[in-house]
Amino acid sequence: MTQRVDEVSSPLRAEQLSASYEQRRIIDQLDLDIPAGKITAVIGPNACGKSTLLRTVSRLLKPDSGQVVLNGRNIAEYSTKEVARQLGLLPQSSLAPGGITVGDLVARGRFPHQRALQQWSIEDEEKVALALRDTHLQELADRPVDELSGGQRQRVWIALVLAQDTDLLLLDEPTTFLDISHQLDVLQLCRRLNRERGRTVVLVLHELNQACRFADHLVVMSEGRVVAAGAPKAIISEPLIEQVYGLSCRVLPDPVFGTPMIIPIGSLITDPITPAARETTP
Amino acid sequence: MRAQSRFRRGTVLRVTGLSAVVEVRVVMVTAVLLGITACFCVLAMGQGTMSLSPQEVLSALAGEQMQGPGGTIVREIRLPRVVTAVCAGAALGVSGAVFQSVSRNALGSPDVIGFTTGAATGAITMIVVFAGSPGQVAAAAVVGGLLTAALVYLLSVRSGVTGGYRLVLTGIGVGSVLSALNGLLLVRGDLDNAVVANLWLSGSLNARNWTHAVPVMIGVVVIVPLICAGAKRLSLSEMGDDLARQLGVGVERTRLMMTFLAVLLVGLATAATGPIAFVALAAPQLVVRLTRSQSLPVISSAAMGAALLVTADLISQALPLGLILPIGRMTGVLGGLYLIWLLTRSRQV
Repeated sequence: MTQRVDEVSSPLRAEQLSASYEQRRIIDQLDLDIPAGKITAVIGPNACGKSTLLRTVSRLLKPDSGQVVLNGRNIAEYSTKEVARQLGLLPQSSLAPGGITVGDLVARGRFPHQRALQQWSIEDEEKVALALRDTHLQELADRPVDELSGGQRQRVWIALVLAQDTDLLLLDEPTTFLDISHQLDVLQLCRRLNRERGRTVVLVLHELNQACRFADHLVVMSEGRVVAAGAPKAIISEPLIEQVYGLSCRVLPDPVFGTPMIIPIGSLITDPITPAARETTP
Repeated sequence: MRAQSRFRRGTVLRVTGLSAVVEVRVVMVTAVLLGITACFCVLAMGQGTMSLSPQEVLSALAGEQMQGPGGTIVREIRLPRVVTAVCAGAALGVSGAVFQSVSRNALGSPDVIGFTTGAATGAITMIVVFAGSPGQVAAAAVVGGLLTAALVYLLSVRSGVTGGYRLVLTGIGVGSVLSALNGLLLVRGDLDNAVVANLWLSGSLNARNWTHAVPVMIGVVVIVPLICAGAKRLSLSEMGDDLARQLGVGVERTRLMMTFLAVLLVGLATAATGPIAFVALAAPQLVVRLTRSQSLPVISSAAMGAALLVTADLISQALPLGLILPIGRMTGVLGGLYLIWLLTRSRQV
């Protein structure tokens, strides 16, 4: 697994990528390089095209123009199952069939490795066991997914994508809807998967300080384009946050981790509810 | 080699790199249902103006010469009737399983989302407007079902994606329009034809011969294996389009193909018997409760559908006082009660 990562510097690259959703252009001539063996966090305001970017680079959405290069080959040339063996994507929301157990659901992640007469190999069994161990779910394998808490359920979905056994892992807002301790639980899991299992991880995150702390590489998006990309320390600055989020802020080194810490002061977007509100905004 | 998976339900069989997963409970339930179906078929073939014992029925089926017309009655009149019942029941059960998976909803059965009504519209139009032959009526039922499905699909599709509730609600809407149209056709048509159409609308197994039995039988034999082949993909699609597609499932293609095959089954079943409610709605749900399986219940729903329809036929024939209840009305009553029960205990509908 790690060998391949060394061969190809960027397992996933977008070149001049444009994509639309319901006739509206969402991402526009975007270039992107996901560094191998690193954690990349994609940040940006709501509706800037983060999810659309993830869906397009994993071929769920057909681009209007440009191309996506997966492990050195245009992604359009792969068969669907080939893509699924190299790239795993966890969408923002998925539905667990009623009554399904954790083990059964995670086992579904093995689909791209199965054939009509190869329905459950020894490798399938091992990879599911590993995915459940990595997500600390072994004890819950026989429990119905409906009975789990939100945090546990999110780990089950991550385990499903892990069982898929891909070098590349794309997670769309895996921490949204979770409380702060479960958010950290998921992020630490991503870090372990990256450091111990050599997976290249791409996360869409909303919490800027978490993104700075957990990501090796940040991709900052605004209005369908990448406005900055690089190590958090190198790119995060007060003018950048102000430009992207319309937010006045201070950026200080985090006292615990040393990563950039963004302290929001106030929104620069005037709220047109009452004229008085507009006047009081600095 | 037999092995037990720690995670997946069922027993894993492995031989030199090949492997299959068999759910013993599903096999057992299916076998029991098929056994019940076979027994009831024999009993049903003994009923009628000329009563025959099960032994007599079996020897007639084996082709033995019998005194009197018993052998001919069984082979030429009663056998096509039960074959029609078994195949139509199986077709309805499988189509229910497919539609409930496509719509991710226990209400997503062809009789609820208008496909059965559409097949009826086709058939009634053929009877009332063109005074067609039974063969033409059957073909019109299949075409009516397909056109209705296409209409519901086009109305509920949004940017290449069909949603569960949209499909069910659109189907109910289209179904009620078609149901009104059916009523209109009955009133407007010539009285004799309207009576024929009304009888057909009741759904019946009376006077079914091989011309009714053979098309639905061929349909079941050809289409059910195709549906089995796509079952895994369809059940993966239930987790949401994006997740299934990133696993390598062609979600929309699978859904379209499976819907098409299931509509064909409904059309063929309706063509053979007239509209029959309840079976498609209940068979997959009953099977899931019995097997607790997570995979798409194709074969088991077929067995359950066949068992339900044959049982309903046996009961409606055995009712006292010469009250011959058309089987479609019988299943309609049962289905209505079941639907009310389903709605009262469902948290999602």
